[in-house]
Amino acid sequence: MGWFENGWGLSLIVFLPLVGAAVVLAVPRARETAIKAIALGFAAASFVVSVIVTVAFDFGRAGYQFGADTSWIPAIDSRFHIGVDGISLPLVVLSTFITLLCVIYSWNHWPEPHNPKAFLVLMLVLATGMAGTFVALDLVLFFIFFELVLLPMYFMIGIWGDRNPMRLPGFKRPVETRLYAAIKFFLFTLFGSAFMLLGFLALYFRSGNGGLPRTFDIEALSARGAEGQLFTGTFAFWVFFALFLGFAVKVPMWPLHTWLPDAHTAAPTVGSVLLAAILLKLGSYGFIRIALPILPEEAKAWAPVIAILAVIAIIYGSLACLAQTDMKRLIAFSSVGHMGFVMLGISTLTEVGINAAIVGMVAHGIITGLLFFLAGSIQHRYHTREMARLGGNQKILPRLGGILGFAAMASLGLPGLAGFWGEFMALLASYNPFAGANLALFRSAMVIGAVGTVLTAGYLLWMLQRVNLGEIPEEWREKSFRDADGYELGAWVPLVLATLAVGVYPAIVFGATNDSVMALVARAFGG
Amino acid sequence: MFDYHALLPEFILGATLLVVLGVDLLVAPRRRWLAGAAGIVGLLAAGVPLLTLAGVGGKREMFAGSYVVDDFALVVKGLFLVAGAIVLLASVSYLRRDRYYEGEYYFLILASIAGAVVMASARDLITMFIGLELVSAPAFLLAGWRKGDLRSNEASLKFFLIGVLSSAVLLFGMSLVYGTTGESTFTRIAGATAAVSGESAFVLGVLFTLVGFGFKIAAVPFHFWAPDTYQGAPLPVAAYLSVGSKGAGVVGLLTICYSAFAGARDVWGPALWVLAALTMTVGNLTALRQSNVVRLLGYSSVAHAGFILVPFAMAAAFEGAALEDAFFGSLTYLLVYAFMNLGAFAAVIAIAERTGSREIDDWAGLARYSPALATLLGVFFFSLAGIPPLAGWFAKFVMFKAVLGDPGNAWGVALAVIAAVNAVIALFFYARVLKSAFMDPAPEPVPEGVSLSRPLAAALVITLAVTLAAGVYPQLLAFFGEAARGLALP
Repeated sequence: MGWFENGWGLSLIVFLPLVGAAVVLAVPRARETAIKAIALGFAAASFVVSVIVTVAFDFGRAGYQFGADTSWIPAIDSRFHIGVDGISLPLVVLSTFITLLCVIYSWNHWPEPHNPKAFLVLMLVLATGMAGTFVALDLVLFFIFFELVLLPMYFMIGIWGDRNPMRLPGFKRPVETRLYAAIKFFLFTLFGSAFMLLGFLALYFRSGNGGLPRTFDIEALSARGAEGQLFTGTFAFWVFFALFLGFAVKVPMWPLHTWLPDAHTAAPTVGSVLLAAILLKLGSYGFIRIALPILPEEAKAWAPVIAILAVIAIIYGSLACLAQTDMKRLIAFSSVGHMGFVMLGISTLTEVGINAAIVGMVAHGIITGLLFFLAGSIQHRYHTREMARLGGNQKILPRLGGILGFAAMASLGLPGLAGFWGEFMALLASYNPFAGANLALFRSAMVIGAVGTVLTAGYLLWMLQRVNLGEIPEEWREKSFRDADGYELGAWVPLVLATLAVGVYPAIVFGATNDSVMALVARAFGG
Repeated sequence: MFDYHALLPEFILGATLLVVLGVDLLVAPRRRWLAGAAGIVGLLAAGVPLLTLAGVGGKREMFAGSYVVDDFALVVKGLFLVAGAIVLLASVSYLRRDRYYEGEYYFLILASIAGAVVMASARDLITMFIGLELVSAPAFLLAGWRKGDLRSNEASLKFFLIGVLSSAVLLFGMSLVYGTTGESTFTRIAGATAAVSGESAFVLGVLFTLVGFGFKIAAVPFHFWAPDTYQGAPLPVAAYLSVGSKGAGVVGLLTICYSAFAGARDVWGPALWVLAALTMTVGNLTALRQSNVVRLLGYSSVAHAGFILVPFAMAAAFEGAALEDAFFGSLTYLLVYAFMNLGAFAAVIAIAERTGSREIDDWAGLARYSPALATLLGVFFFSLAGIPPLAGWFAKFVMFKAVLGDPGNAWGVALAVIAAVNAVIALFFYARVLKSAFMDPAPEPVPEGVSLSRPLAAALVITLAVTLAAGVYPQLLAFFGEAARGLALP
């Protein structure tokens, strides 16, 4: 299996979906079953390979495994360098897992306008971008995969998204929500990543100052960054700021989050799931993989800012949730809060905090993905997302309602379910942040964050109460509804099981991450 | 004196010009497309000696250094030949449907390409000027080809007046340079610069030369003619103007700045900094307001001229490898831009035929009734916007890389930030066209259009293949940029 370990395994994970997209393109549009089967096959193959990689992964080692490093664009010193370590492995598996579930769910749930061929092609291209970002170890390669997700998501939101009109200041006629959300998503992300690219280039040029060859290689740059000689002073300050802009838009951190509620609400169900479950993680992963190890001193300097913004996001996200009438929009805002916990964990720059961030990312991916699936199915049945009109869902649709209750409990961080670990450990870490941190600030952050967990419980229970419990409203009494079908359960049950598994036995994630995180913290921040 | 091997591409092009005229005389009117076919064959044939010359390698000088065939010249000549062939492919069906003169059209396009090919080798003020005029003069006529159409007449007249004015300005600048240095060959001008670098007449000469080229590449504030001319000219001619004619201008600017004015970098560097910043910003902001796709592409090509100038701007501050990188950045940008912009125009030609309109709003719902054309449009427009994994990202990347060559230089960083903001603005207007095509409802009934002609399809396939392949494996085009970068350091 030498070929498998020398990059081919990861390449299969990343590029199988792309090949699938090309194959789907070649099939005539009318043959829908064939198209769906092909897409399912390639998504499943990519997932299976990622499982094989996980099984073969050497958990005792901190470095990159399954790597490859070959020539790609010699003109700009960029190489095709890929590999996984304990930090990226859970995210790679998460992305292939969620993609597979999305294809299963899509089997008989098609948003208007019905066009499975185009939709699945976009979804598979998206899968390549997501998995690729998590395995890329070259800044240029990272940038390409990071941006590769933009086009498919733009079209997914813009074509299959919410058709309700919305009023915009300055426009006489109302605009369809999907159009506004799609371009807003695109422009925000592009704005961030344009500056991220400038940051990458600045790192590249400065990396040659020590007499060594210039490089875009993340591994080499991390090593040079840890020495603390090259990237210093105002240079490092502005480079970190540029990277920060790129990643923070994607996370999204307050106050750059405004694209998120629009995009998540307007996107078709599968689009929302992929956005929430994977795309947001590209940003926080970028912090852990690139910004922290390459610019450790600046990470310390910026940590209080990140912590403050994270706490604001937690409180703001929760309060915004309490003001929502639209169920999907509520879940979208809850992502702002949950990603706030992830960023709070990262800002502590400790082993506990970064482990918390990764487990928080995985948990948020599983749980919020599930919540968006459920919101989509509820809208599919009731044709509304207004919580005021819903109610008694538990009686009408017992299976769907039960899973919704479970997901809400997991999302509010109930111990024993996946959501607990990320929040709890992030708060724990901010009690004891990196050496030299402003203790008062981080401990205040911990207290405010703890208040945030209460608010989180508040809005999720409130949502459950309005949607699931109570009497069935007049307008739904006479109607007959179909409870969750096989395809829906096929997508949801694995998520429920994963939530339980990570909740009860978090070592599934920590077992992979801990060694790599320890190595990262030891090298960048001296233990 | 005459290096026949080195001059073979020019000779073949000359022969092709005569063959095209002959074919036009001899064949029946309904088979006039044969003249176009002959032109394409001639262009490809002229490419063969480029390969053999590249195989032999080395630098060949003729006429006391005024005409040089080196790697840079070979790469640029190859670009013009390929771009010319794609333009001819896109022209065939367009001309047949509109029933305009065919043979003469092909003749003029080929003559203009011959001029561009000469410019690639010109290392002398006079040769450069003659090459540039050979590029422009046929283009004046071509812009007015739809002689029954008022807009086409306006396009031609405007282009002609501005073109003549810019030639005069250029010539005036060149004469000042000649007057102060006493030389006309680039290498010798460079040698004589040190003695006259303080003289205001010389500085004025350099600046006038820049202004002259500024008109040719439609840099702001010398860009007014471009959108009007593109809109009125036949679409394949607009495509040619935005790539062939603009490319010739860029090539002229590159050679003259980096070789003749190598000692005056402190003059043209800052001037081009301002020009680049203005051109990007004004081009993009104006493009936001357009409702006509061709005008939009006109302003977009203005903006791209700005992006091409960006790496130039820091030349005064750079030495050695960074200077070479700047040269590489501009040239590689031009290579990528040529393919994606020709593709965009080819797609616009096809869609304009299909929908019968060039208004963005009339393209609504194109993806419903013609998904293939809509996808092509998406690929080329997003490539122009620089979104990975389409080739345009690499052009933007090398541009940023070149201008940040010294990350401590505040001017370079400032220009990079301006360029980054512009890249985001640009996305908005490209996406607007695609929003109309993909996301708006299709009209009822769907417009009846003609089917895609085979030559146009071939042009689309070629440009699509390059745009996709160079996006995933940019070395494909970067290789040529690398080969030619040697010109930066004579």
